[in-house]
Amino acid sequence: MSTDIQTIRKIAHLARLEFNEEKEQEMLQELNKILNWMDQLRALDTEQVEPLIHMSEEVNVLRDDVARNTTTHEEALLNAPRKDSDYFRVPKVME
Amino acid sequence: MDTSIRDKYQAIIGLEVHAQLLTESKAYSSDSTEYGMLPNSNLSVITLAHPGTLPRVNKSVVEMALKMGLATNCDITRYNLYARKNYFYPDLPKGYQITQDKTPICTLGYINIKDAEGNDKRIGITRIHMEEDAGKSMHLPGETETLVDYNRAGVPLIEIVSEPDIRDSVEAYNYLMEIKRLVKYLDICDGNMEEGSLRCDANISVMLKDAPLWGTKVEVKNMNSFRNVQRAIEHEIERQIMVVENGGKVEGETRNFDANTGSTTAMRSKETLNDYRYFPEPDLPPLIIHQEWLDGIKAAMPSLPQELYKRFVEVYGLPEYDAAVLTDAKEIALYFEELCKHTTNYKAASNWMMGQVKSYLNELQLHIRDFPLQPEQIAGIIALVDENKVSHSVAAKQVFPYLLEHPELNAQQVAEQQNLLQQSDSGELTQIVQAVLQENPAKVEEYKAGKQSLVGMFMGEIMKKTKGKADPKVANQLLREGLNA
Repeated sequence: MSTDIQTIRKIAHLARLEFNEEKEQEMLQELNKILNWMDQLRALDTEQVEPLIHMSEEVNVLRDDVARNTTTHEEALLNAPRKDSDYFRVPKVME
Repeated sequence: MDTSIRDKYQAIIGLEVHAQLLTESKAYSSDSTEYGMLPNSNLSVITLAHPGTLPRVNKSVVEMALKMGLATNCDITRYNLYARKNYFYPDLPKGYQITQDKTPICTLGYINIKDAEGNDKRIGITRIHMEEDAGKSMHLPGETETLVDYNRAGVPLIEIVSEPDIRDSVEAYNYLMEIKRLVKYLDICDGNMEEGSLRCDANISVMLKDAPLWGTKVEVKNMNSFRNVQRAIEHEIERQIMVVENGGKVEGETRNFDANTGSTTAMRSKETLNDYRYFPEPDLPPLIIHQEWLDGIKAAMPSLPQELYKRFVEVYGLPEYDAAVLTDAKEIALYFEELCKHTTNYKAASNWMMGQVKSYLNELQLHIRDFPLQPEQIAGIIALVDENKVSHSVAAKQVFPYLLEHPELNAQQVAEQQNLLQQSDSGELTQIVQAVLQENPAKVEEYKAGKQSLVGMFMGEIMKKTKGKADPKVANQLLREGLNA
């Protein structure tokens, strides 16, 4: 199984990533390597095997509904590349 | 639109409702959900998606979703997984929303509503699932950047998806009002569309009646009031009919409702829609709803509006109109229930609730929880009237207002202290009646000559002399005896 350059472009767009042509080719090869490896796994019969989603057997890990702000306003904004005293600022987005 | 054209078509409508849950903390982290705080102050590293952080499910969110599922007759999913819905937009720092995909916590339920003719109609609920809200982006005019506030990011929501069982805008309105009533009765959402705690998207298509296939559906968004949902659907149905009538084809797209123009405009076509690439959320372990947990929630369910409606009609014998008005808001219904424990004159109790009590609340813009009188006190007024101790008019105009100012008293005490008790002592009343007749000899002659309507005038005089305290039945009896003597 392998993918193509259109799929690479679509995935890149969905993740808002931009590649030049050389990088696109690099990504294509990388992804195909992963898909080839997956093909080897597909040789196994997994008909009776449930998909593994979680690495532990735990269920119902719940939290009581108690409010506690663990990050201050200043701490929250500390690492923001663009901000003002109140808000995170991001490149203009409009739907 | 000409009804001859309109009547050729059938609309098919399904609604997706998002209800913001009334929890203290967010869905997957402990930051506060309090509204109206300074921007970016209800936060945690989880909400901000810092590396190495792990979400944890708020138990109340699960319980509120279960309550809504039980109230809407749903099947409860015992084994739940969470899912990631991936989209890249700055209002959600993680780059995905934690929601449910293949295992919505509630499925295949229904609610009962009234159709446009007032008949009962059942609307199916496809699913209810739990998810989280996004932050708020602000695109201010003149700004070259978008401002983001993450206080709302991670606030819990349930999404309630209806079957495409709705046929017109009236049914859509009634469905939405019933959802609002339910979430308010359950105390899981404040149901305020204008403030966005309840949001609604509509999927609408039209087809020629008896057509074998449904038309292409259009999703309409941004309807921020109950009336606007009705308006938007009306407009969209007619727009689609005009497209088809003019030989065109309805495009599958998302449209935005503009409340100022009452019309919808295209937002984005389905083809360029995001591909959300759902997959199971590995950061949250499975959620299992065991029987004991569910039984506990069932046992704690409050009475629901339709149960109360039925009880008010069948047990208290109220007209359907009264039952509908009294069950519209939970607190009014519960106050009325309490009132009915202290009186058996249910119709009078209903009249007092819908009349004097409601007017008082409306006038002062008060909520029933701030109403100064206890149900026992209203029952006391009803008893005074039923026992002929005061007339209804004195009860409404004098006892009730005085009691409101002196809520430490009961109705009997007010009537006594204010000297409002009716005179039904016929000895004293006979003298007053005789006095009135003697003062008006000419009128008595006119009455005797056949002018029966003068009884009203005489009664008025008697009431004047007794300051409204004469028992009207006794006074009337004595008056007729006096006149016919």
